Amino acid sequence: MKFLVKKEVLVGLTAVVLGLLAGALFMAVTGNNPFTGYFYLFAGGMMNLERLGNTLAMATPLILTGLSVAFAFRTGLFNIGAAGQALIGGLVATAIGLTVGLPKAILLPLILIAAALGGALWAWLPGILKAKFNVHEVVSTIMMNWIAYWLTYYTIPAFFKGSFETESRLISDAASLKTPFLTELFAGSYINMGLFVSLVAVFLVSIVLNRTVLGYRLKAVGYNRFAAEYAGINVNRHIVASMAIAGALAGLGGATLYVGYASSMQIGILPSIGFDGIAVALLASNSPLGVLGSAVFFGILQSGKGFMNAMTKIPPEIGDTIIATIIYFAATSVLIERWFASFTKRKGGKSRV
Amino acid sequence: MQPVVEMLNIRKEFPGILANDNVTITLNHGEVLALLGENGAGKSTLMSVLFGLYQPESGTIKVKGQEVKIPNPNVAGELGIGMVHQHFKLVHNFTVTENIVLGIEPTRGGVLTLKQASEKIRQLSKQYGLDVDPDAKIEDVSVGMQQRVEILKMLYRNSEVLIFDEPTAVLTPQEILELMKIMRNLQAEGKSIIVITHKLKEIKAIADRCTVIRRGKLVGTVSVKDTSQAQMAEMMVGREVSFHVDKGPFNPGATVLQVNNLSVRNNRKLPALKSFTLDVRAGEIVGVAGVEGNGQTEFVEALTGLRPVDSGHILVNGNEITRATVRQRIDAKVAHIPEDRQKRGLVLDYTLAENFVLENHGLEPFSTKGFLNQDAIYAQANRLIEAFDVRSGEGAKSKARGLSGGNQQKAIVGREIDLNPDLLIAVQPTRGLDVGSIEYIHKRLVEQRDAGKAVLLVSLELDEILDLSDRIAVVCRGELVGVVDAKSTDENKIGLMMAGVKTGVAE
Repeated sequence: MKFLVKKEVLVGLTAVVLGLLAGALFMAVTGNNPFTGYFYLFAGGMMNLERLGNTLAMATPLILTGLSVAFAFRTGLFNIGAAGQALIGGLVATAIGLTVGLPKAILLPLILIAAALGGALWAWLPGILKAKFNVHEVVSTIMMNWIAYWLTYYTIPAFFKGSFETESRLISDAASLKTPFLTELFAGSYINMGLFVSLVAVFLVSIVLNRTVLGYRLKAVGYNRFAAEYAGINVNRHIVASMAIAGALAGLGGATLYVGYASSMQIGILPSIGFDGIAVALLASNSPLGVLGSAVFFGILQSGKGFMNAMTKIPPEIGDTIIATIIYFAATSVLIERWFASFTKRKGGKSRV
Repeated sequence: MQPVVEMLNIRKEFPGILANDNVTITLNHGEVLALLGENGAGKSTLMSVLFGLYQPESGTIKVKGQEVKIPNPNVAGELGIGMVHQHFKLVHNFTVTENIVLGIEPTRGGVLTLKQASEKIRQLSKQYGLDVDPDAKIEDVSVGMQQRVEILKMLYRNSEVLIFDEPTAVLTPQEILELMKIMRNLQAEGKSIIVITHKLKEIKAIADRCTVIRRGKLVGTVSVKDTSQAQMAEMMVGREVSFHVDKGPFNPGATVLQVNNLSVRNNRKLPALKSFTLDVRAGEIVGVAGVEGNGQTEFVEALTGLRPVDSGHILVNGNEITRATVRQRIDAKVAHIPEDRQKRGLVLDYTLAENFVLENHGLEPFSTKGFLNQDAIYAQANRLIEAFDVRSGEGAKSKARGLSGGNQQKAIVGREIDLNPDLLIAVQPTRGLDVGSIEYIHKRLVEQRDAGKAVLLVSLELDEILDLSDRIAVVCRGELVGVVDAKSTDENKIGLMMAGVKTGVAE
């Protein structure tokens, strides 16, 4: 087990290094100095408390959607609908935040629970469709993404219209995950209590997957549903449960985006955290701690690319290109693993008989 | 005469395992050479080296006296070496012809021209007595026929040396006889054949010489004519093997399993089991004999809750379980050694320890209030590994996928017996295993019987049924042909009943 974890970390880091090297190549080819480029990219993500806070704020929803995708993956399901689930989570959070007047200490837990339930409902339905009618979750969750998109498109202007037709009103301070303590500590950045939510989620998901009967059954169903059925595990119920849990995580991610990082909802956008969550999970080899690490790394790139662009002539798209390249390397991790295997064999094989 | 193939002093290592250690084999022109060894002895590795799938660390390969390097299967093909793998490599929605030409498609101006190929295949099929229709789709033909398509693939490519990897593992007894005939035809036409196997009976029937490998090392090569099955078994296992299982006195107790007029449908919703009635008592082994696909699979699935029952009743210890869930049946003390160990019996990506608690992970002491108790799980795993001699690289932490078939099966048998069931349903418990493992598992099943458990044994191996059972139920087309006393019957009588002949049945 220990060796396995190490190997996956190694593969992930290799993907990152290769991606960064490729990024350096892009910078060099476009006539820029990669060293200054990377200096400003990482400085932009980490050079002072405010930027560090923004990086963490950027990473927060990614941690949760990454967990959502990773959790589903571990149980044999491909949740491509984290975007829609996050959108519904955000919509529910915004709706409660704009309509319910309660003290912050009561309102925030209520918002988070409702957002989790909203996301869970959005994934529960594909779970039911898969369990009862064998509808593939990739298809149904993509459709649910668009239902969430249009539902938001209608609901926000109809009930929560702000100063623009395409935006909701701003939520009150009581309904926001931002808190003066954190904002001041990180010199006025977007960082918010969603970070704690995501850290707790990392911890809980890790416990559920590795230490509980529920996790054992969910993974058994994911690895081999026939063996699970043989062992008396209710396969359908566990598929639905897995989707609902994944949806709840993405729903929480939506809440931390719309009532944490931001203070209003715009229509006409499927949040990119949904699909970026897939990348985060992929780079993390679906391990909860790995998700934490890779989400923070993506957060650095996301918040640093603007600074890099401001200080050099390198276009911010290079940041996205690096992310995309890293994903390619992570996706072809089998090749990296094989490369490592042949390397260790050549080194260690001779001494061993 | 010069050998067709020589593999001299081959050495092949995998991390932590020496798969082939200084192994030498020779194949003469026009002979059938059997490669005998237990699971994991290194037979398949050696043949994969010859077929170019692996590169040996040292040693030389000579084809017709010429030293060669075989970096990949294409080169092997050019040297006239072909291989039928245990799991066929066929595209199911392609026709026979399309499958055979795959990779060397005949084209004219970029357009596929299959007519000539199809004619050549028809001719080859006739020449070697294969009886294959070149235009049939793979998904529509039987497993035995699919194997012949694989053979035709080699013949179409003019292979001179044919390697068969466990060719009989997937075949019914009838298909095995036909395969033997085909192999003799191939031999008569001048082909040289290597058969990887651990079935001694088949070696006796078909092979000229037999090379034995044990734990990666060459034990020796013998002439099949002059060597008895027992001698070959001893060479393979390294100790004397008994083919007969000693059973205690027959003392049947109360009826444990009662099946009354059970009818079940198959996946295509057609009747698979028709009004089937059978009892199994404590302290007896009842064997279910029949040709594959005569309702045995559906019968077992109905018994274990994996398939709904059309009509009829199933009772265990007098309690109705006809509509019970799988879980309820496990709780009713029914254990099940499944037909397909990799599909049903194990979660291959789980460790051995995790697989040992597949059914009872939710119970104390393996979990408390929903949390797994790793200490108890590992303690149980180590106990079962010890008790059932499950060998693996890293003990309880090994992934089930990495175990050899025999050890996977031992793990399942151990797990099910350890559930301490009243009724043990064992389906093909020794399929694909070597004699050492077979002997071991047979002993364990008989132990259960002697300990007063009811054992239902479903098997396609007639020898196994005859050896272990106290009573034998024969099934044909989903109907019970009859139940006979194992002592007063023989292979011929059962064989007739398996074909559906009811006359002369002694109840």
